[in-house]
Amino acid sequence: MNDKQINDKDIDKLFNSLNEDALSSGYNLNPDTSFTKSLVRGLLVNEKRYGYGACPCRLASGNKQEDLDIICPCDYRDPDLDQYGACYCALYVDEEIKSGKKKVSPIPDRRFVRDEEKIDNKNKIGNTGLKYPVWRCKVCGYLCARENPPAVCPVCKAKKERFEIFIGK
Amino acid sequence: MAIEKKHESGTKKGDVILYALSTCQWCRKTKDLLSELGIDYYYIDVDLAIGDDQKELTEEIKKFNPACSFPTMVINERDTIIGFDEDKIREKFE
Repeated sequence: MNDKQINDKDIDKLFNSLNEDALSSGYNLNPDTSFTKSLVRGLLVNEKRYGYGACPCRLASGNKQEDLDIICPCDYRDPDLDQYGACYCALYVDEEIKSGKKKVSPIPDRRFVRDEEKIDNKNKIGNTGLKYPVWRCKVCGYLCARENPPAVCPVCKAKKERFEIFIGK
Repeated sequence: MAIEKKHESGTKKGDVILYALSTCQWCRKTKDLLSELGIDYYYIDVDLAIGDDQKELTEEIKKFNPACSFPTMVINERDTIIGFDEDKIREKFE
């Protein structure tokens, strides 16, 4: 678990792939490349340390099930981009920040209002008479009606475990 | 036994403890700002603490910041500055 094992080549590789994915799906990485690459390094450290790429600015528990919501891109990225123009760690920013019209600044962690939402979600599962349940990707909001969620979100590439039941059948 | 915190020497402006994560860039900016201001402070990268030590630290942090988010700065075991709040930090120490 030596953080020094992460080299610049790995960082550049992940940085480029995140950048391409972001641009092709309407997102932007923080234009401060040195800041962003340090975050990418943190993601690689966490990937090595915990086995999943938890947000570098949050303390991971080491239990993947508990931390699904903070695996980058986290469940809070989109609402944070809408409200603040950047996600919690500021890896992702909106157009205004990207173009330099607005400065990126630290924001509160949306994770701690999650518990109330969870209870709310439970109420959505019930007898709806639908043929299939509707699954929602918690990362990007993509919806699909099928027995089980897809292995990978076709829009944002988040894995199956990041889906929740949006409307039960 | 209290967990050892790293010491950065500088001008003493109270007992300053910074709870941080080694991977977090806002924590990095906070450390850099404290160094720029020449403040004497202690810090600990909580993600590098193992098992019970980490638990002990998060309990310690929650007393000052229930959300246990990073960075959390505690001054004289009383005042807290949560997050990289540059204006607040400068105002506190300048």
